[in-house]
Amino acid sequence: MLYAVLCYNLESVVGAWSKEKDDAVMARHGAVMQKFADRGKLGPVARLMPTTTATTVRAGREPIVIDGPFAETKEQLLGFYIFDCDSLEEAIAAARELLEETGALEIRPVQVFWPGSGVK
Amino acid sequence: MTDLTWIDEALTAARPQVVGALLRYFRNLDTAEEAFQEACLRALKHWPVNGPPRDPASWLVLVGRNAALDHQRRQSRHEPLPADEFVSDLDDAEADLAERLDSMQYRDDVLRLLFICCHPELPATQQIALALRVVSGLTVKEVARAFLVSEDAMEQRITRAKRRIAATGIPFETPGAAERAERLWTVAAMIYLLFNEGYSASSGTAHIRTPLCDEAIRLARLLLRLFPAEPEIMGLTALLLLQHARTPARLDANGAIVLLEDQDRRLWNREMIAEGLVLVEKALRHGRPGPYQVQAAIAGVHARAARPEDTDWAEIDRLYAVLQQLQPSPVVTLNRAVAVSKIHGPAAALEMIEPLAKPLAGYFHFFGVKGALLMQLGRAEEARIAFDRAIALANTPAEAAHIRMHLDRLAKDSEAQGGAPPPAPGRAGRR
Repeated sequence: MLYAVLCYNLESVVGAWSKEKDDAVMARHGAVMQKFADRGKLGPVARLMPTTTATTVRAGREPIVIDGPFAETKEQLLGFYIFDCDSLEEAIAAARELLEETGALEIRPVQVFWPGSGVK
Repeated sequence: MTDLTWIDEALTAARPQVVGALLRYFRNLDTAEEAFQEACLRALKHWPVNGPPRDPASWLVLVGRNAALDHQRRQSRHEPLPADEFVSDLDDAEADLAERLDSMQYRDDVLRLLFICCHPELPATQQIALALRVVSGLTVKEVARAFLVSEDAMEQRITRAKRRIAATGIPFETPGAAERAERLWTVAAMIYLLFNEGYSASSGTAHIRTPLCDEAIRLARLLLRLFPAEPEIMGLTALLLLQHARTPARLDANGAIVLLEDQDRRLWNREMIAEGLVLVEKALRHGRPGPYQVQAAIAGVHARAARPEDTDWAEIDRLYAVLQQLQPSPVVTLNRAVAVSKIHGPAAALEMIEPLAKPLAGYFHFFGVKGALLMQLGRAEEARIAFDRAIALANTPAEAAHIRMHLDRLAKDSEAQGGAPPPAPGRAGRR
């Protein structure tokens, strides 16, 4: 079974971490990644940029593009994509294509990306 | 759990929001700060045992408010209340409070807290000192160290600043749209000043004071989280990130200034650059350019160039032209002249900065740029005069040392020529 593990924390706290603290956290993550990669069981891993860099495309009569993260709690996270785009505009266009009559798609640039070992 | 730094981090992160909410409630800055302090003490007692509350900020507001009310009650009635009485049923209260605390109100709370630090009667350095103390929660000792003054002197400065704010009155009514926008620009300007104070210290021995830059970025991000759709706040945050990304390369091992074109670009912080570039792109989508956005875009052009010779100077020149329109100032023209010198040569740039001699007569960088242009043109004697003037105006030893390096080079050149008179300007143009 493939599992996605989604990381949540207070951005104001994490964003203020010292480099040492951040490095220590990433080292711990690195160890877990390595453990799974060694067995050929690591899918892609991404660290996202802060929500201040986010853009949200929301469904409506006309889809609207909003600055900032998806902030409602009425809907649930159902899936995610990772696209390699040349511009934010291209990512927004892709999101528009994916959009249903309801719901929203949040676009967040990826800060660090690990392709993983690949999974079967 | 023996390591309590996570609590410290959570308290620091929650501070602007919590002190802002307590200030709205008590309408007195000292009371708000004391209430926050008390809430922090209780957090240090309760969190290691119970784990962190789901919403630390709401927890701190509630506990701080109750503690301060309790204190006021005790003072008026002289009868002690059991201190932990209201802490025991916190969990229920917390969920309830979290429901009631409207995020819009938080936004105005934080903005107000930042805004009162920007009191127009306070000199810029005092505004910054106050923001560091009140909003960021740096200790007086830390603020004093940042400004290289004694702790007593800083304590006095902050006390005086607070007294002035209290005397004028703090604006508590919920601001209208126009007023909110005005507060936002005032606060943005203060954050920019704070950054510049760290980026290129106006005095003292250290040329770069990283903690001030870090703090400015933290405040800019805070502001952007509150106003996620303001292109100028995106621009401000991007500008600070893009500038600060170069910090590891700006001074050499001896603390001497390394100019942009001589910097080891591998030392630039790529993550900050990536985040800054994303924010510039997001901001420009709005089609409402402003000074911060344009400056960020200029910093972005530099950041994108892998080598100095890859720099798109024409784009930089174009962006400075936009900035000149948005915010005409001799300093902007001076900066544009550097781009012009790269495209059209030093003579054109020199001509451009000639009219700035008067308005920038006391500006270090004017004489630094002028000297460098004259040097490129082979006008050594005039260059030396400009550099001498720059040294006299240098704000930090690093700035003076950097100019002295140019003077040394000039001296060496003239020695190599056997003390011959400086070359005629005509000859230099072909260099």
